[in-house]
Amino acid sequence: MSTAPRHSESPHNGLFVNGLCKSYGPVQVLADASFEVRPGEVVALLGENGAGKSTVSNIIAGSIRPDAGTIIWRGKPYSPASPAAAIDAGVGMIHQELKLLPDLSVAENVYVGRLPMRGGRIDRAEMNAKASAQLKRLGLDVSPERKVRTLRIAAQQQVEIAKALTLNAELLIFDEPTAALGGEETELLFQQIRKLKAEGMSFIYISHRLDEIAQIADRVVVMRDGRIVARHERSDIPVRTVVEQMVGRSVERMFPHLSPPREETLLEVENLSSPERSFNNVSFTVKAGEILGIAGLIGAGRTELVRAIAGADPISSGSVRVAGKPVHLSGPAAAIKAGVVLVPEDRKAQGVVLDQTIGENLAFGNFDHVAPKGWVFPKAVQKFAEAGIARLGVKGKPGQAVSKLSGGNQQKVIIAKWVSRPPKVFILDEPTRGIDVGARAAIYDVIADLARSGMAVVVVSSDLEEVLGLSHRVLVLSRGRQRGILDRSDASNVAVMELATS
Amino acid sequence: MAVSNDASESKAGELKAAPGAQGATGTKLSALFAGTMGPLIGLALLCLALTLTTDTFLTVRNILNVLDQITVLGIMAIGMTLVILIGGIDLSVGSVLALAAMVMGFVAHPDYLNLGLAAGVIAGLVVAGLCGLVSGLLVTVTRLPPFIATLAMMSVARGLANMITDGSQIVGFPDWFTNLSIIRHFGFLSVTVGLMMVLAIIFAIFLNYRATGRSLYAIGGSAEVARLSGIPVKSLTNWVYAICGVLAGLAGIVLAARLDSVQPSSGLGYELDTIAAVVIGGASLSGGVGSIGGTAVGVLIIGVLRNGLNLLGVSPFIQQVVIGVVIALAVATDTWRRRAQ
Repeated sequence: MSTAPRHSESPHNGLFVNGLCKSYGPVQVLADASFEVRPGEVVALLGENGAGKSTVSNIIAGSIRPDAGTIIWRGKPYSPASPAAAIDAGVGMIHQELKLLPDLSVAENVYVGRLPMRGGRIDRAEMNAKASAQLKRLGLDVSPERKVRTLRIAAQQQVEIAKALTLNAELLIFDEPTAALGGEETELLFQQIRKLKAEGMSFIYISHRLDEIAQIADRVVVMRDGRIVARHERSDIPVRTVVEQMVGRSVERMFPHLSPPREETLLEVENLSSPERSFNNVSFTVKAGEILGIAGLIGAGRTELVRAIAGADPISSGSVRVAGKPVHLSGPAAAIKAGVVLVPEDRKAQGVVLDQTIGENLAFGNFDHVAPKGWVFPKAVQKFAEAGIARLGVKGKPGQAVSKLSGGNQQKVIIAKWVSRPPKVFILDEPTRGIDVGARAAIYDVIADLARSGMAVVVVSSDLEEVLGLSHRVLVLSRGRQRGILDRSDASNVAVMELATS
Repeated sequence: MAVSNDASESKAGELKAAPGAQGATGTKLSALFAGTMGPLIGLALLCLALTLTTDTFLTVRNILNVLDQITVLGIMAIGMTLVILIGGIDLSVGSVLALAAMVMGFVAHPDYLNLGLAAGVIAGLVVAGLCGLVSGLLVTVTRLPPFIATLAMMSVARGLANMITDGSQIVGFPDWFTNLSIIRHFGFLSVTVGLMMVLAIIFAIFLNYRATGRSLYAIGGSAEVARLSGIPVKSLTNWVYAICGVLAGLAGIVLAARLDSVQPSSGLGYELDTIAAVVIGGASLSGGVGSIGGTAVGVLIIGVLRNGLNLLGVSPFIQQVVIGVVIALAVATDTWRRRAQ
């Protein structure tokens, strides 16, 4: 590892990044970043949020200008002034949040800004035919006339890739491309990357998912605090090594020790079905002190199931009992009153009010505690918030806006919101999505503590390792049907995936 | 205010706790005007400039005039603040004002039903509240965007106001009614100005110190977060539109007292003045940000500006231009300030 790029010795026609620096005011977000990408190669850029991956990619893609440093691309000095200039030079970037126009057709999106014209009018026939050809090249079978809004996220991403291909991109930067993709879709994306790689295209691939890196990357560059801390000439590096390099300290254990569950059953779900059939006849129980993991592919109905149990979505049949008492799931308020709380999937849209303070966010949902007679006093909110912050180790003050916190701390705020009630059933949907590897362990500890304190805990996660490491038992859903519940001792990667894909 | 859904709270509890709330307001006046420093400075500069350029601005009489002139706008702006706080908008307030006034006149006036002024006022407020409630239900049940729902209500209420007397005005109310806006008790406070101030204080306390009031900030910040936190988003939304309607109706009645007449064309364009006042006061049209203190400053800025331009002899046409520029400036500086932070 840690071989510096040797441009002079092994010149090639790829990308050389040399000594890039970038500061915002006194904060240096990128310091002396150097690496190379050879033609036909996938280089993975790894690091926690804020490590500088996005800055470096945005510089290469022309949306940020560096303070110092040079880039050589295809043998020539390269300093794109704008994304358009980068695209002209054959460098494209697929952002995590796709930049498509949802109400235009697939073909229009592919050719937006350079629609083929004939006689002063858009040549739709030509545009559709050309777009169609690019989509076929990617193995995508959708009509070029379909509106992008009607496509699944995975297909929308393919449209972005098709767009980059028609722009003759020779270097594509992917920022967390698989964050919204399921297993099969990820596999399709990898096939395409391999195919394009064989045609000589280069890739910079940013991801948090280490297992993917091992599958797709040729080399790995690890960043931390704006610096490149390691370069690996191969991608099958032990996970622990990479994680330790990313967080800058040794990671003792990823998952906390689990205490055995108690006897008392707290949550009983019987034959629960949703009106849209997103889940059907699901039945399970969770004991006090037990963590039940729910695994499955994207679209298996996991989120829909837990949202229904938390009263967020309606059910069509079935029943939920908490501590033996039936719960009438008329809405989130009723579920909360019965002791069922949910940490939702989409932290920023469903979990916290970003522009408001930690104190306010903790108070929402706890006015019955903070304001016993309906009167809310800043001091009471402050005190309540300080207790929550202390209990979960949130790095922040009650008066601080939640938007200024890291993802991990935002997640802790949401957990803190519920933990003092205390609830009987604690449901967490994708508790570590978008959270730094280093901060995940803290969330795992919190979840284990919730169980230890006697709550029934349900954890939904797309990260299989997380489900397996954290759960006493694992319930596997596939296409809305319950395929089985595995004990911790029986739950392996293979066993869960077999059920999930059945 | 029966806004809260909390069944456990009692009137006695509110009364007992209220002094405490006011105490907190007194000690932390800054909290009441939190986030409104910009508009407050603007108002101070405006007053200073007018004091220097005119002899008449800084006189007790003129200040009292300004307060009289802003009562209608001020009462409507309180309701609009709630609506904008939850991320909504109410374009119907001008029409609802006219409808409530016409209903009051129709019920009370000797030429029509002659049921007495008290009955007229109650009928006017009930109709205004119903208009607001219908707007709220259109938003929560029919899921119309607030802009469209209240645009529809704006047209319907204006039409109804015209239908009552086939477009003609109703003139002449008892002296005691018109005196509400004329006689200045304790030498300075007319009943209508007092009413506006009391309402402002009640709603400021409500928004700052009541759980239901704080919940409105959650709804405006993110309705889904609020819902998942167990806040009854739909019923609160209905209540907010209903209250906004009632306050618009009340503004109509105050206007009737000031003019000694009601007419179906009154309140035309008031919705935009009201929205402008709330926005100048620092509220965000995307919801979750705003306060009664800020709105009070916004209302005062508009009132003082109109008054001052009149004193300076500026033509009404130029006044419109100036007010437009002030709206743009106020919101722009606010945006710049936020970005700078």
